[in-house]
Amino acid sequence: MELVVFVCAAAMVLVGAVGVIVRNHPVHAALSLVLTLFGVAVLFILQDAEFLAAVQVIVYSGAIVVLFLFVIMLLGVDKAENLQIEPIPVQRPLAAVVGFGLLAMLVTAIVQARDSVPTAVGAGIDIATETGDSDSNIKQIATDLFGDRVFAFELLSVLLIVAVIGTVVLSRKPDKVGGPR
Amino acid sequence: MSPVFAAVEPTTTWYLVLAAVLFTIGTVGVMVRRNPLVMFMCIELMLNAVNLSFVSLARQLGDIGGQTTVLFVMVVAAAEVVVGLGIVVAVMRRRPNATADDLVELKG
Repeated sequence: MELVVFVCAAAMVLVGAVGVIVRNHPVHAALSLVLTLFGVAVLFILQDAEFLAAVQVIVYSGAIVVLFLFVIMLLGVDKAENLQIEPIPVQRPLAAVVGFGLLAMLVTAIVQARDSVPTAVGAGIDIATETGDSDSNIKQIATDLFGDRVFAFELLSVLLIVAVIGTVVLSRKPDKVGGPR
Repeated sequence: MSPVFAAVEPTTTWYLVLAAVLFTIGTVGVMVRRNPLVMFMCIELMLNAVNLSFVSLARQLGDIGGQTTVLFVMVVAAAEVVVGLGIVVAVMRRRPNATADDLVELKG
């Protein structure tokens, strides 16, 4: 059963990812990205990460892609671009070669290290169907997040504040007099 | 379902290879596309590939830390997109339809 779900979700992920880079319309690319993100969310559920799947759908598909679509439409760049034009002639063959090399390197490393990755060295992941508690995944993440990693969590809030302030400053209309023009 | 299919279960290696393919597609997209918005989307693809491998290894190692790290990656990705799109908006307001090639003047 897991195999069938995996194959369907992997097809979603790959079709969406290829769609992002071959669609010539930015809105279509953003919608292909949604397909990929949903596929990744399905794969998260398949691997007992229910909370992350929910966060993936809410944050990525809900917030980030909507932000992309807002920017595309507010800027008025929602026109199809001509992908036949290649400003730098060697760029695409070179990108294909680099991509193939990267993929070959990664897959070789993964297959080589296949048997050397230890299994179950940690405390184990609570699975709802085994513990009988449907909230076990989120409870376990919360215990880890607010236990060992609470300092990183606090720093993350600083990062978000900085990002918000930075965006407001960046996207503010320049002042009429004395502004950065 | 036939017992042949029921016997085969996707292992961690399958997920990691899928993540590698997704990462490669994102990398090729960043190298090939010139629209800055689409380049951002390709960076999101790469981040998702990494998240997928984190979750796979969290399950294999039985360590919840992998899933917590994915949460951090998602927040950092959100912050990165917000700042990046702010820069894109600032650039596009001055030069509509700018591509990555037109931004060469930003270098020092």
